[in-house]
Amino acid sequence: MWSYERRLQYPVNIKETNAKTAQIIISQYGGPDGELAASMRYLSQRYSIPYNEVAGLLTDIGTEELAHFELIGAIVHQLTRDLSMEEIEKSGFATYYVDHTLALWPQAAGGIPFNACEFQSKGDPITDLMEDMAAEQKARTTYDNILRMVKDPDVCDVIKFLRAREVVHFQRFGEALRRVQDKLNEKNFYAFNPAFDTCNVKERKENC
Amino acid sequence: MMKTSDMSRLALLHEISKVDFAVVEMTLYLDTHPHEREAIAYLNHYVKLKNQLEKEYSYKYEPMSVSLANESDDNKWLWALAPMPWEGGCK
Repeated sequence: MWSYERRLQYPVNIKETNAKTAQIIISQYGGPDGELAASMRYLSQRYSIPYNEVAGLLTDIGTEELAHFELIGAIVHQLTRDLSMEEIEKSGFATYYVDHTLALWPQAAGGIPFNACEFQSKGDPITDLMEDMAAEQKARTTYDNILRMVKDPDVCDVIKFLRAREVVHFQRFGEALRRVQDKLNEKNFYAFNPAFDTCNVKERKENC
Repeated sequence: MMKTSDMSRLALLHEISKVDFAVVEMTLYLDTHPHEREAIAYLNHYVKLKNQLEKEYSYKYEPMSVSLANESDDNKWLWALAPMPWEGGCK
């Protein structure tokens, strides 16, 4: 069960509209390593994780990602809200505008629509946590790329906050992965899937 | 056999679900009728009740949210240890 707080996790106050910047940043709304994919990834994976503390972490990070999805939405909205027709045509925003006007729609910067294939929910804690750590790094790289291209301090300030959160999430997922590995056979983490195989973890450990 | 403590836990949970549903339903109604004083009073009554019941639940059993996590136990972080709702605990 969720409830909504009417506030942003980090303030977004962009003074200058910029359709070019909006077209880049929208990738973190609905692109391959964006916040929507992040949230759906963790909130989908958590059901089959047999360890409570890891399922709890996936829930809480998945929830924070929804707040980040909102932050990116606020950035794109504020970058596009006062655009003139001339700016829309000049900036290359017309191809987005024709289908969505100034609405938010999850797509990658290259125009590829959001798709559940952007993330995996594999039902093996090691597989899933490895994916999650990679996903956090990919998002961090995307934010680094954005920071190389975008110079507006009003935008960069929020992007830097989001980038820092990717680093923290990577760290926490790393700890979760280690907790999962501690419960497995230390000689072979991949001997079985702890979320699916019914063998007793401890017994198996002793027999190996 | 279900333990008595578990039965009272489920009864309280059921009560929270009922009260919360009134809050959810009345929120939507007020979103489109923001000036109806009777509806505002109705919502306020259930919001207050919901906060009370959730506090009671978090004190007696497991934390219902992070802001209520300190109601239960200062020595361990029950938020991480309490059972997950999708495992069937919250009927």
